[in-house]
Amino acid sequence: MSKPLIEIQGMTKVYGMGEATVHALAGVDMTVEKGEFVAIMGHSGSGKSTLMNILGCLDRPTAGAYIFDGRDVSRLSKNELAEVRNQKLGFIFQSFNLLPRLSALSNVMLPMLYNMEEDISDEDAEKRAAASLQAVGLGERLHHQPNQLSGGQQQRVAIARALVNNPPLILADEPTGNLDSRSSVEIMEILHHLHKHGATIVMVTHEPDIAEHAGRVVCVKDGKILSDGHEGNNPCLNKRMA
Amino acid sequence: MKFKKVLRTAWEGLMLNKVRSFLTTLGVIIGVASVIVMLSVSAGTEAAIAEQINALGANLIIVSPMRGVPGAGRTMMIADAYAIEEQVVGIDGISAEQGPAPQIVKGNGITLESIAVIGTTADFPNVRDYAVASGAYFTADEDERKAKVVVLGAGIAKDLFGDTSPLGQTITVGTVKLTVIGVMEAKGMVSDVDYDGRVYLPINIVFQKFMSEMPIGGDRVRTIYVKADSQENIPSVITQITALLSERHDVSPSQPDFTVQTQQDIIATQEATTAAFRDLLAWVAGVSLLVGGIGIMNIMLVSVTERTREIGLRQALGARASDVLLQFLLEAVILSLAGGLVGVGMGVGGSYLFGMFGGMQTAIVPGSIPLAFGAAAVIGIFFGYYPATQAAKLDPIEALRRE
Repeated sequence: MSKPLIEIQGMTKVYGMGEATVHALAGVDMTVEKGEFVAIMGHSGSGKSTLMNILGCLDRPTAGAYIFDGRDVSRLSKNELAEVRNQKLGFIFQSFNLLPRLSALSNVMLPMLYNMEEDISDEDAEKRAAASLQAVGLGERLHHQPNQLSGGQQQRVAIARALVNNPPLILADEPTGNLDSRSSVEIMEILHHLHKHGATIVMVTHEPDIAEHAGRVVCVKDGKILSDGHEGNNPCLNKRMA
Repeated sequence: MKFKKVLRTAWEGLMLNKVRSFLTTLGVIIGVASVIVMLSVSAGTEAAIAEQINALGANLIIVSPMRGVPGAGRTMMIADAYAIEEQVVGIDGISAEQGPAPQIVKGNGITLESIAVIGTTADFPNVRDYAVASGAYFTADEDERKAKVVVLGAGIAKDLFGDTSPLGQTITVGTVKLTVIGVMEAKGMVSDVDYDGRVYLPINIVFQKFMSEMPIGGDRVRTIYVKADSQENIPSVITQITALLSERHDVSPSQPDFTVQTQQDIIATQEATTAAFRDLLAWVAGVSLLVGGIGIMNIMLVSVTERTREIGLRQALGARASDVLLQFLLEAVILSLAGGLVGVGMGVGGSYLFGMFGGMQTAIVPGSIPLAFGAAAVIGIFFGYYPATQAAKLDPIEALRRE
């Protein structure tokens, strides 16, 4: 078996000092294999956002190791983290975070702007962005601005943007949180499709029926992993159902 | 991230808000334009002054009674002029001048009120580089024997006789009948003096007919113009005149009752005045550039706040702090350089308009364009840096959370 994509050992994250100390993460161990589709669930304040930020290399843990794609990224400098985000991570946000007044194509081209590995020419960048939009079914809407697109379409642009640098990991933070149920289904179908074709996806959600799509549900509470797996007794799933 | 790409990103950022970007540059536009206009106006003024002073005559040394010294106005006599002419080495001629009160001039049935009468010695046209257009100037002999002759300024000749020749005609200046023997060339206004609107008489007739009733005597002179025979001899001539007049007036050369000036001295005085004026204008222009810079900083700070999420997103997508810094710094620099460019255009155009319609002589100072442009660039960097650092030090997690 190949090496896991994500290996977290004894990860803690402490905010504040002295008496006001908050342990957002209190010793988390977690492994994600390549090709997995993992949902992270938990209440607000459970630590799932902190975990997601560290997984996304937007933040560094206070202690513990984070081996990502064979490299310990827990102690990297800010510039090195920026490079990891650019090369190895694709972000999908709840609120899409597209730049208004830029076309879908220009939005998808953004990650290539910051690609230090290869200097991508304008034509290549456009081609790759167009191909990426094609892949999410927006080949006809390359030059639409975000406000000319529905919520579901905007999130598809965001997915195209996440894919454009071919990252090994897709991080989705409540990807359907701002969408109606029909668009949610659409987006989940795309994520399923990506997963089937080998993508590794880690998704934060608080909706059990969305979490059901993932092959594995990690339940976080009080900065610790409460359960990990897809058994019927998963507290995060049960609680919602009850 | 390649510089070219950051540049394009910055440009796109500005183009998203064209009206605001334009308004932001207004301060710099006005500042740069005023720097150029003001420098060109003051350069034009200086050029005009220099031209006028040179029109007084080349290599000219001006000897006049010291102003503000009691009695000094009484001491400079026509004899002093003759003494200079005879004894000073290195001169090409002298012209003593005296002007009584303005007189009524009548001729050809026309009466002109309040005309300036100037008594001069015979060498006046040579010394003052002011030629006779028709007829001749009076000779030293005519001056000495108080011949009743007059040379008209071009304007007076035209006013009295129109297009017919005034030569040989008789006119009355005050109560004195004089024969017109010459007309001067048109010279126009020089240092506020209308040379064409005066009549020129032998100085001795002026002493006799116009000054004799004055209590302080009739052979004092207002100014002695001395023409040096070369530029190099001017210092020596000045020294000789100072020594000669000090001796004649029985005063110490260090505390004379007269002044000896060259055109350069007068130009220097005038330039000191315009330099003070120009410095003031430079301050005004500098302040408006400063205000323009503060305007840019202001808008850039607003822009950073408004675009916090954008910054967070760019960071999430892999932008490093330096990429963000450069993007916002370049936005500020583009704004100020664009302002500088438009300002240079408006300044140059404004200078031409001032010159054409503003009744002012203007001369665009070539150095002012790179100066103003450079100032705009420095302002963009200086005032853009702080907002850019604010953008660069944003935490991506916080920035993405911001509404």
